[in-house]
Amino acid sequence: MKFRTLRRHFRESFKTLGRNGWMTFASVSAVTVTLLLVGVFLAIMLNLNKIADDLEHDVEMKVYVELAADEASTTALEEQIRETPGVEEVIYSTRDQELERMVQDFGEDLKLYEQSNPLREAFYVKATDPQQTVKVAQTIDEYPNTYEVVYGEGKIEKLFDFLNFGRNAGLILILALLFTAMFLISNTIRITIVARKTEIGIMKLVGATNSFVRIPFVLEGIWMGILGSIVPILAVIFGYLEFYDYAEPRLRGEMIQILAPVPFLYIVTGILFAMGVFIGIWGSFMSVRKFLKV
Amino acid sequence: MIKMKDVYKKYANGVVAANGLNVKIAPGEFVYVVGPSGAGKSTFIKMMYREEKPTSGEIVVDGTNLATLKNREVPFVRRKIGVVFQDFKLLPKLTVYENVAFAMEVIEAPSDSIRDRVTEVLDLVGLKSKARMLPTELSGGEQQRVSIARSIVNRPKVVIADEPTGNLDPESSWGIMNVFGDINEQLGTTIVMATHNKNIVNRIRHRVIAIEGGLIVRDEAEGVYGYEI
Repeated sequence: MKFRTLRRHFRESFKTLGRNGWMTFASVSAVTVTLLLVGVFLAIMLNLNKIADDLEHDVEMKVYVELAADEASTTALEEQIRETPGVEEVIYSTRDQELERMVQDFGEDLKLYEQSNPLREAFYVKATDPQQTVKVAQTIDEYPNTYEVVYGEGKIEKLFDFLNFGRNAGLILILALLFTAMFLISNTIRITIVARKTEIGIMKLVGATNSFVRIPFVLEGIWMGILGSIVPILAVIFGYLEFYDYAEPRLRGEMIQILAPVPFLYIVTGILFAMGVFIGIWGSFMSVRKFLKV
Repeated sequence: MIKMKDVYKKYANGVVAANGLNVKIAPGEFVYVVGPSGAGKSTFIKMMYREEKPTSGEIVVDGTNLATLKNREVPFVRRKIGVVFQDFKLLPKLTVYENVAFAMEVIEAPSDSIRDRVTEVLDLVGLKSKARMLPTELSGGEQQRVSIARSIVNRPKVVIADEPTGNLDPESSWGIMNVFGDINEQLGTTIVMATHNKNIVNRIRHRVIAIEGGLIVRDEAEGVYGYEI
């Protein structure tokens, strides 16, 4: 392909966008509507995912130490826990610190126990992969000088099931949406191309190769994809900034947080733009193919 | 220039449109193809620019056997053959100039040579002054001239015309025939023209090939139309 031919294709693809004004408008609108849906869903899903991660990350286990254990064996146990595969973080808490927590949670009355503290020393342990908490807890439970491991049996399994379900459902939803978008857009582009069947026929008649016929259509698809992604990108950017300004102060200090606009919005913008371009290329490629048979 | 040997064509619906065609057309010849509707004229013509592929037999145009030509080679053969249709087949949204230039852009000609050559052929068909108009602003005869200009812009050795005067009034038809005559005489281009126009065939005498039932039933130099309309 010669450079001047490529230049001609570029020029031609812009011209035809204008010449087929309403068809261009229809295709671009189809891209806009679907990308808008994808963008909104993407924002929701990514944030739900973040919240799920936050919730998961909050899962920890508490390892109580045997009352009989002396300082050396406690240190040995801490070392042993640290070295257990899948353990991310271990925080030691003395008996006094434990009582302090109790007082905080249940009130000043418990201060009475300061005279003779019945509580045990404890380690707060977090697993690298929160979903592995149960397994890690069972391992630690076997160690000497471990009195008990508490991790909210039953509850965290349910939480994980729920979060995993949420993630998968979101993924399926986005994939389904993407598929619908592709279908809708390639159909619209196909209609615009059917309207230009004669044009393709004449091009073939005067000896145009298939790629010569195809390239302007594919370029047109790209422009339509780009045009169609502008509104969704702006909508997601401004919509999310607005939402973030509203939600972020109210969630400050809470265990769950929403995603900060940077880099989140860069990612979503990139995805929407790439999808617009890809949909445009794919749609025109598939549609032209049908008419290229000699 | 064109050679057909034992060409046989049967369509998927069972119609046999060519039942053993044998013909030779020399470079620079002007040939009319006549015959009743449905006799196989169109198939005969379409096989020459590889719109239809023969079921069996050999069709050689300017040294290329179209019967064995691969699909991806078709565009390159089409560039050596100019084709003119009854319905002109112009792109309605392009100007006269652009419609003709289009055929040269397709073969990736340099833009200054496109400019010169398009102006030259538009002058030849007498439409230089209407280069900036759209096909819809022209009369039928003028539109056909544009389509002829497009067919010869790449200097093909053969121009194939399928009922080029079929949609035109007698006066425009004569004008078109003059253009074909010029192309044939001045440029030495071989012209194969399917037609129903008795007056033209009988007045401007050339070789006549008559096709009936998928067979060549008559082939005369300086022939006549030979059918009642």
